[in-house]
Parts: sequence; structure tokens; C-alpha cells
Amino acid sequence: MRRTRQAFDEQLEQLQQRLLEMSAFVEAMLEKAVRALRDQDAALAQAVLADDDTADKMDLEIEQHCMRLLALQQPMSRDLRIIGTTMKVIADVERIGDYSVDVARTALRLAGSRYFKPLVDIPKMAELVGTMLRDALQALVHHDLDLVAKVVRDDDEVDRMWYRLLDELEMKMQQDPSIVPQAIAFLLVARYLERVADHTVNIAERVAYMETGRMEDLAASHRADYAEEKAGSDEPPRAP
Amino acid sequence: MIGRRVLSPKVSQAAAFALLWTSGAIVMLPVIAVVAVMVLLGARGLTWRFLTAASGGLLPAIAGTACLVVLTTLIAAPAGVAAAIYLSEYSRPGRAIRLIRLAIVNLAAIPSVVHGLFGLALFVMLLGFGRSLLAGACTLALLVLPLMITASEEALRQVPQRLRDGSLALGGSRWQTVRRIVLPNALPGIITGLILSVGRAAGETAPILFTAAAYSSTHPYPRSVFDQVLALPYQLYVMATEIPNVPAEAKWATALALVMVVLGFNAVAIVMRARLRAARRW
Amino acid sequence: MNAVQGEASQLIVRPQGSIKFETQRLNMFYGAFQALTDVSVAIPERHITALIGPSGCGKSSFLRCLDRMNDVIQGVRIEGKVLLEEDDIYAAGTDVVQLRKRVGMVFQTPNPFPMSIYDNVAYGPRLHGAPDRTGLDQIVESSLRQAALWDEVKDKLRQSALDLSGGQQQRLCIARVLAVEPEVVLMDEPCTALDPTATFRIEELMLELRQRYTIVIVTHNMYQASRVSQYTGFFLLGELIEFGLTARIFESPQDRRTDDYVRGRFG
Repeated sequence: MRRTRQAFDEQLEQLQQRLLEMSAFVEAMLEKAVRALRDQDAALAQAVLADDDTADKMDLEIEQHCMRLLALQQPMSRDLRIIGTTMKVIADVERIGDYSVDVARTALRLAGSRYFKPLVDIPKMAELVGTMLRDALQALVHHDLDLVAKVVRDDDEVDRMWYRLLDELEMKMQQDPSIVPQAIAFLLVARYLERVADHTVNIAERVAYMETGRMEDLAASHRADYAEEKAGSDEPPRAP
Repeated sequence: MIGRRVLSPKVSQAAAFALLWTSGAIVMLPVIAVVAVMVLLGARGLTWRFLTAASGGLLPAIAGTACLVVLTTLIAAPAGVAAAIYLSEYSRPGRAIRLIRLAIVNLAAIPSVVHGLFGLALFVMLLGFGRSLLAGACTLALLVLPLMITASEEALRQVPQRLRDGSLALGGSRWQTVRRIVLPNALPGIITGLILSVGRAAGETAPILFTAAAYSSTHPYPRSVFDQVLALPYQLYVMATEIPNVPAEAKWATALALVMVVLGFNAVAIVMRARLRAARRW
Repeated sequence: MNAVQGEASQLIVRPQGSIKFETQRLNMFYGAFQALTDVSVAIPERHITALIGPSGCGKSSFLRCLDRMNDVIQGVRIEGKVLLEEDDIYAAGTDVVQLRKRVGMVFQTPNPFPMSIYDNVAYGPRLHGAPDRTGLDQIVESSLRQAALWDEVKDKLRQSALDLSGGQQQRLCIARVLAVEPEVVLMDEPCTALDPTATFRIEELMLELRQRYTIVIVTHNMYQASRVSQYTGFFLLGELIEFGLTARIFESPQDRRTDDYVRGRFG
């Protein structure tokens, strides 16, 4: 004997599956783009550009699925939040895909030149950002508010890494102006990664709303705490 | 062969139909027979002169029956309808109501000759009405009262509860609801019951035997309610048993007249009920 | 998801603003069977309050307590208080006729009287001592206008009310109630017997009416409750499980049972 609305539950599970697939696909895009940049692999970069079409298609399909469920199933309470959350999350995931393309384009541009230094920090940032994206989607699947908190903390680490790279490259550019074009390109890539991290925090906020029914700006509230913490130490907090 | 039905569905269907049809015919037969006999034997005697002649004719009896019936209705109808309203609209289930219903059923079961004797004792002798139209009407009223109450109560109960609810929810009292909604919509059913009661009253002999009926050649028509009165059933009884040398035709004609009166009332009631049922909208 | 702890986790919310009806520990029995258990709730004035819940949960029984229509049923017993503004309507000596004038009721199946449209609407005023003919005409027209029925019937006021369609009959019943100038209109599943178009018209009518009258509606269609009401109460097995702003009840209910019900995961 089937449970009430078992068909609807199955549709919601299917929706979640497709969301996870899209997120894994975009995560792979990001990983490939950074690898293409690090290894100066033009072919890999091209592959990422092609992937973007697929990512966009997934976005559209999932959105249409959500609209259909809204129209036909009259969802209430957490069912409604799940569908609403999914629609917002795919927008963030799709933007992450776009940033991966931006990284890949940079990789294509720099593929022929010689790097003034081997890429170390950027791959590290990318790895952390990839973990954040994975964690955010896992939080969604497992209703895990602890993972949500972890994503917010990791975002602070990504911000710190960004500032460190900024300081380091500022210094190096002052010392040797010839590296400026490459340095700027690397800074832009790091900036893209930092934006991707912000988008994963958006996703985490959505997950928190889905669970609690309350909308909260987690990153900002956390940033306020961070500012207070920093006020106690030597370094003045930087404006983002 | 084990497990096969004795009769196939088709055969059992036909057998059942035949059986039921036969039962219906058996019920119809006596009625048809009675009417047929009356008609055959009395039709010739039922001339207009016979009907309207004052002496040797039926007019006094018809007039007397009419008076009895009107007076009976005037007594029984208000009482019956009021009792029905109480039972249907006001009473709450309990011991008292069960006793009242038991009384009504028993009243209906009393043989009409007992009604007559009771009427004699109470109305004629104790209350001093004497043998009169009034005493006869009172006795007949008691006879038809259960019929009135039952028919009226059924008519009242037919009115759907949602109409009462609608009135009550607007701030109507129970009496206002009864007066404005329930009673008007039950009236057709009540009137049907009334007609049936009238038919019953018109045809009874025993109750009026002791209380009202008299055969008088000098005063064929009653002058007041305290007068004795001639009625059709009594006329028939007298003609059949007491008066010698009455032509057979006259007796049968009287019987036919009586049967026609009673059946006539019933037929009107049935037709009325059927038409009201078809026309009912709520 | 269990009940969320925190500031706003009260299950029965007391509405802001003026309160029209308040029940205090209301219990109701049909003979030995307890239909309502300890129901304490405040119904706000000039709002639409919806009562939802599965069949047999007591929501209709509760509604009928508010105008004492339960008195009509044999063997009903009430404990606790039902306050209309300040007065306990179950106190000895309450004028039930007056109560039912102030608190009108519209039923599940439209129940127009077998009389003309005019006489239907005029029935209530005539019960309580109608004004003269002109006054009555005005009342009839005003009530039919308020019920959004005037334009459709103004030329056939003398025709039988039974000739109207289901939706029109129900609006007529609403007009009939409005003619006695009540303060509260109770509606017991008013759209159950109607098609969707008629249902939406009556919902629109409710939204208009609530500016003048307090409306309490029982409905087994929770989507209707979500469309028209400002406050919603969820009943289950004779208990009021949760009561609060409709938006809250449907977006993020506090009690697990309410959550299961609005998501259709009951049973």
C-alpha cells in the first residue's frame, strides 16, 4: 500500500537527484578549469567551455521541473521550501559554472606564456572552494546544519587566502612590473574563486532556510562576528 | 453435478415474478369483487330520485353523514395536528414520549364497537349530550384521532431538517419555525391525512349506532348538534335488518352509495398525495 | 521535523487587535462521546478565520457551538465558556434568539426556503418585526447587493428561490443571513457542494464581507483556507492543535501533525 503522496515524494527525490548531478558536474568544471590553468592545458580548457552548454541546459530543465511541481502539486510548508530552495540553488550553481568558464578562458589566454611562478595558492583555494560546494550540497541532502556552519567558516578561510594572494602579488608587481599582466590574470582567477565561495555560502543559507523556515544572512552575521574578533587583534579588518 | 444451482437465474426470476404478481392480484381481488357485486346488484336502484328523495330516499342519510363528518373533522383535526406538532417538533426522547406513542397505537387498535360503547358511556350518558350529532362526532373523532396524528406527524417529518436549521440560524424561535416553515410545507400531507380520516369516519357504523344514529320520518334533518341524525351506514344497517319489505334493489343501492363515498374519499386522498409528491420541491 | 524551539514556538497564538469570540477550555460531548477537548482560542474581529482538519476532527462541532446550533441536537453537553465579546453565551438566561441574530450561519448544502427570492431574504427581518414595505425592500436589495447577487435576480425577485443554480442559492443564503445585520457570519463548508467557478465567486465575496463582519469558516479544503483566511486553526480528534496566522500555518507550521496535514502526508 503506497503512502499518501508517495508519487510526489518520488518527484521531490528525483528533483534532488538532478540538483546533485548538476552540482557535481559544475564542481568538475571548476576542477578542470583550475587544472587547465595550472598545467597550461589548452585542450582541457576548451572542454570546460563546451561543458557550459550542458550546465545551462541542466539549469533550465530543473527550473521547469520545479515550476511544474508548483503548478500541479500545491506544495505547502517544507515541500514548498524544498522547491523554492532548489530554484535558487541552481541559479548559484549555474553562476559557478560561468566562473569556471572565466577561469578556463584565462587558462586559454595564458596557455602559451611562461608563468613567472608555479601555481600553488590558486589550486589550494580551488580545492577548498570545491570542498565548500560539495559540503553545501551534502548539507542539503542530509539536512545538516553543522555542515552549513562549516561552509561559512571555510568562506572566511577563502577570504584570508584571497587577501594573502593579493598582498603577495602587490608586492611582486611593485618589484617586477613585467609580470603585471600575468599577475592581474591570476588575481582575477583568485577573485573568481572567491566569488564562487560566496555563491556556495548562498547555497548554505538556502539550506538553513529550508530546514528552519527562517531566512538569515549567515555570511553577513558571521562577518560581523569576524569584525569583532579582528578588532581585538593587531590587524585592522579589511573591507571586502 | 455437485454445486450446480437447482434453478437457473432466469427460471428463478420468472418464478419470483409470477409469485409476487399473484399475491398482488389476490389482494386486489376482494376489492374488485366487492365493488363488482355492489354495482351489479345496486346500480339499477341508484337513481337520482333515490338519492335525492327525502323519505324513502338517501338524502337525509347523505346530509346526516355530511354533518357528522364535518363536525368530526372540526374536533379531530386541530387536536390531531397539535399532537403531531408536539411529537414531531417539541418532544425529546424519553419515557413520556414512549408512553404517548403506545397510547396512540392502542387507541388505533380498539375495535370500533368498543369506541361506540365508550362514546355511549362518556358522551351520551356521563356528559349528558344524549344521543346526538355531537356525541357521534366526538366518538368518531376519537376513532380517527390516531390516523390524523400519524399522518400529520409523517407529513411534518417529511419536511427536511435543513429548512428548520435555516430558520433557527436566523434567530427564529421553535414556534416561529413551525408556523412559518414546517407547517406550511407539511400542509399537503396533513390534508391528505385529513381526507383519509374523513373517509374513515363516513363509513363507520358501530360508533354512531349507540351515540347518534336514528331513523326518524318526522325529523329527517338535524336541527342542532344535539339532535339525532341519520347516516348512510346506519341507514344500510336498518334497511338490512329491521325494516321489512325493503326492496333488495334499495338495499344494494344504499350499499353501493356508501362504498362509493368511502372509496371516493380514499381515491381523492391517494391522487392528491401522488400529485403532491411529484410537485414537491425543496 | 519536530517543533522548532525558539521565540515564536507558541502553538495557539492570540491574535492582535480586538477579539470577537473567545473560548475557554471548551469541552463538548455527544452523550458519552467527547467531540471537543479543552479548546481555548480567540477569534479576531473582522477577519476571516478558517478551521481545518480531517473528517470527524470536531471543527464543525466547534463552529456550531458559537451560535448554539448544537442545542438542536439531542444529548449534547457543553463544559467551559464561550465568550461573545464579554458575555458567556452558555450562561443561564442567554437569549438564544438574539444570539443567533448576531451570529448567523451558512450551511454546507444551500438551504433556501421553498418561497420566492424576496421572501427568503425578508424572512429574517420579518421574524424580528419587519419595518414597513419600503424598509423591507431596502433591506432585501442591500442584502442581495452585499451578497453579489442583486444584478442576477433583481428582475425575478418573486420567482421561487429553488430555480436558482447552486452557487446562486448559496449566495442567497448568505444574503438571507446578512439581512438580519449580524456581527458574525459562520460558514460550515459553504463551497463543498459547488463547482469551482461558484466557489471562487463566494471566496471573493468572503474577502469583501470581512471588512464589515467577522467570518469563521470550516472547510475540508485546506487550499481554500490558504486562499481566503488570515488566521487558521488546525483541529485533530477534537483538539485544537495549532492556531495562528494563515501564512505561518502553511509556510512553516510548528507542530509535526499540522505539518503532515498541510503537506498531505496524513494517513
